Amino acid sequence: MDTGIGAAVTRKEDFRFLTGQGNYTDDIARPGQAHAVFVRSVVAHANLRSVDTEAASAMPGVVAVFTGDDLEGVGGVPCGFAPDGGPMNEPPRPVLAQGKVRFVGDMVAMVIAETLEQARDAAEAVDVDYNEIPAVVSMEAAQAEGAPTLHDLDDNSCFSWGIGDAEATDAAFARADHVTTLELVNNRKCPNAIEPRAAIGEYDSAHDSYTLYTTSQNPHVIRLLMGAFVLGIPEHKLRVVSPDVGGGFGSKIPHYPEEIAVTWAGKQVGRPVKWTAERTESFLSDTHGRDHITRVELACTSDGEFLGLRVHTQANMGAYLSTFGPLIPTYLYGTLLAGLYTTPAIRCDVVGVFTNTAPVDAERGAGRPEATFLLERVVETAARELGIDPVELRRRNFIPADALPYQTPVIVQYDSGNYEGVLDRAAEAADYAGFARRREEARSRGRLRGIGFAGYIEACGMAPSNIAGIIGARAGLFEAAQVRVHPTGSVSVYTGSHSHGQGHETTFAQIVSDRLGIPFENVDVVHGDTDQIPFGMGTYGSRSLAVGGSAICKALDKIIAKGKKIAAHALEAGESDIDFESGEFRVRGTDKSVGFGDIALSAYVPHNYPLEELEPGLDEGAFYDPANFTFPAGCHICEVEVDPETGTTQIVNWNAVDDFGKIVNPMIVDGQVHGGIAHGVGQAMLENCAYDEESGQLLSGSLTDYCIPRADDLPSFHIETTETPCPHNPLGVKGCGEAGAIAAPAALINAITDAIGVAHVDMPATPEKVWAALQSAQGE
Amino acid sequence: MYEFNYRRASSVSDAVASSGQSDDASYLAGGMTLIPVLKFRLASPSDIIDLAGLGELKGIRTENGAVVVGAMTTHAEVAGSSEVRQPIPALADLAESIGDPQVRNRGTIGGSIANADPAADYPAAVVGLGATVHTNSRTIGADDFFTDMFETALEPGELVTAVSFPVPDRAAYMKFPNPASRYAIVGVMVSQSGEEVRVAVTGAGGSVFRVPEMEQALAVNFAPEAVAGISVSADGLNEDIHASPEYRAHLVTVMARRAVAAAG
Repeated sequence: MDTGIGAAVTRKEDFRFLTGQGNYTDDIARPGQAHAVFVRSVVAHANLRSVDTEAASAMPGVVAVFTGDDLEGVGGVPCGFAPDGGPMNEPPRPVLAQGKVRFVGDMVAMVIAETLEQARDAAEAVDVDYNEIPAVVSMEAAQAEGAPTLHDLDDNSCFSWGIGDAEATDAAFARADHVTTLELVNNRKCPNAIEPRAAIGEYDSAHDSYTLYTTSQNPHVIRLLMGAFVLGIPEHKLRVVSPDVGGGFGSKIPHYPEEIAVTWAGKQVGRPVKWTAERTESFLSDTHGRDHITRVELACTSDGEFLGLRVHTQANMGAYLSTFGPLIPTYLYGTLLAGLYTTPAIRCDVVGVFTNTAPVDAERGAGRPEATFLLERVVETAARELGIDPVELRRRNFIPADALPYQTPVIVQYDSGNYEGVLDRAAEAADYAGFARRREEARSRGRLRGIGFAGYIEACGMAPSNIAGIIGARAGLFEAAQVRVHPTGSVSVYTGSHSHGQGHETTFAQIVSDRLGIPFENVDVVHGDTDQIPFGMGTYGSRSLAVGGSAICKALDKIIAKGKKIAAHALEAGESDIDFESGEFRVRGTDKSVGFGDIALSAYVPHNYPLEELEPGLDEGAFYDPANFTFPAGCHICEVEVDPETGTTQIVNWNAVDDFGKIVNPMIVDGQVHGGIAHGVGQAMLENCAYDEESGQLLSGSLTDYCIPRADDLPSFHIETTETPCPHNPLGVKGCGEAGAIAAPAALINAITDAIGVAHVDMPATPEKVWAALQSAQGE
Repeated sequence: MYEFNYRRASSVSDAVASSGQSDDASYLAGGMTLIPVLKFRLASPSDIIDLAGLGELKGIRTENGAVVVGAMTTHAEVAGSSEVRQPIPALADLAESIGDPQVRNRGTIGGSIANADPAADYPAAVVGLGATVHTNSRTIGADDFFTDMFETALEPGELVTAVSFPVPDRAAYMKFPNPASRYAIVGVMVSQSGEEVRVAVTGAGGSVFRVPEMEQALAVNFAPEAVAGISVSADGLNEDIHASPEYRAHLVTVMARRAVAAAG
């Protein structure tokens, strides 16, 4: 069976997941561990008159009760990004509230007890006296004249940022024949990983060292942030383990106050302290995604040539800055506004706003779904207004394949792609030509059928570290790998990427198997432990294969190079005459060869070995810093049928053609695309993260109110991939994890508005919203 | 959850006696509502009296032309029973539309109606089919059983033992589910038995209610168009993040019309 690059290898990690043998943070029981429960604010905005812990401290089994006062002097939760390095209002985020709470779910106290139930009992006995302040829940309320301020600032603004040439854009609008304008809401989402967040903090007094087990997508980043910026623990005294993790979708990137609290408390109480979120706690305290209000204008000629794009966005930061909160609506958003088009002038202005809601950070796609949504909505709307077929309008404005690499007016340079080819293939797969007939047939059944397109491009494979630094990231964005060949030729790969559902243990093993010509089973992939992995920036932004996989390739190159030296000695040939192929080192032009396993053994049993020139061992590390982002692109076409009496939308067809560059495991790619589309459909149609506008209470704090897509909400997808390899990484790969979530919302809303003949329906396009839009359209 | 005393009842009379001896007992049927409520610490009963072992409360039988469903019969059993589906397909369909497979295999008819969730499906069946609720001490007519949101005519300690459904000439249930919970945003059971027509609505209001205007119109002409023009007032209907009162009122008419069409 082929297990190399391009083979649909079954995921090797699934056996342990499906047989209940995964090792998630909550599965870990440390000797003597105590249990923590956090007392969370029940109000959205209040000064704390007092937090009385006396009764709680006296409850059975209670080990300790801590409040913000106990953590005075412990640094707050740091933010990892300021657009362009600032200026940005960056108010402190204490680990436990110090005098004030700013959203429902903000942490007020930490109760540690022998058992979880005892900790829960005692948490109820903590008496918090709230002196309530009016909450500002919406961005409109937060920016109103005289609005209460969350922080010790003049107002609730966080930053004001812009990208693109404003003058050139104004000039483009001045000469436009037609301007299409839309006011859009990109709705707030709760990421809802199936595994809730959890953390165990442990202090070892014998070595004065700390261990944090946590549900993180990037354990080294947590070690750096918490060690260097919060608790003052140097790297060699702090181990962060992120074992099996059940989904993240971005919500497990940030550094959270709970991680700090358990690590700090582990030393205070002298025993491991464990916390696992309940589902409602996840809704309240995981970072949320999206939450933009946008006005977008597209300037065109009468025959549909795009001249300019102007975007004004308000982005909700929530109550505090999460680790990458300010990155998402700035550089991960404004830089993608050219989309697939040659629009020559683009200007985007964004203001970040504080509100009394949970902090907002990355969620699958992170900025790019927001950019794609507004762009593909305004393009589709322009097509309708101009009376031009939406496929034809896109075709007229595509960046031609021969224009790549292409410098956009918003900083980024696209590397490779064939956008028109992708759309043409998708339109053919979707039988666009037959749509009119299908629409008529649906009408005869009393159904309104619509079709919607979304072309998208994303910047993945984050990121060249020098660019990251210029735009304001307080970190590099390379990746690290170690390839350890064992004496008998099996291989352990230590990667700084982190798998929390992506299947790295399979994909990365395929790469190693392919490059070294050794059996897939002989390769194990190790990740998620700062004591085992040299370094790592983690997994997000579809970067694992493009950056982490490239680091592995670099290390493999070093292994092969050293292997050639050893083989040259063994075969008594010059190093430059040695070829390596299919696991054999061969003297070029001869039948003299030696297998990879023999070379591995000789590296560790160096009896016949060039010891003067070469160290024993076969163990190589590499860091890889990408030369550019990668730019996956594609086209999704959605067909829906709307029941006009109830407003219910049924998705009847979904066709996607994606260009992810080279593909290592097509089965895993299919799964990622399926999941991504489901994610995007959830946002567009089902998922409604709603706060009460007055009280700031989360109204969708459980799965009975927050609707996650289920199998029967989705059709069978028809997905295909095309392949223009990424020219600047060794595998030619681009990334696939976010594509569906980026493309789906625009495709679906374009289809619904096409079906019911209205300009726009806000997400989530629930039956009631669709029905109400139909009612008002009929009233006009 | 908070601590409570757990008792496993050996008979209906034992269950009722145990309840009488407790400060604040709750019966545990399928536990589809009670267990989450306990886990959320939203209830703190002194005693939980588990009815799971009571064979006398389980099963479906036909008695005097009515389908009698024991209180501890699960939704899946009702949905899969030919003794239900053959005479009253609307009742089997309704049971099949409840929750998900896990809920249908745990949840019971007695638990559902005693809980009287305003969005539960079974109240529409009980009222819409004119059923009779049997308890350990009496029988209660459908129209008297549900009194308000999460309120019924049951006295403290009174235990539902069975529900008997008369067989209608025709009936159908149409439900517009909450996409997240799959409870009813609006569910309408329509039935005709001789000259009597019942239209019962769940999900829309604080408790299941009948729509007399529709019933009168259908008594004259049992056809979809008879109710197409009849709407209920949005005043007092439920309002939440899923649906406004106006939308619920609109759905009552649509679901009623579709139920009449489905009843044939």
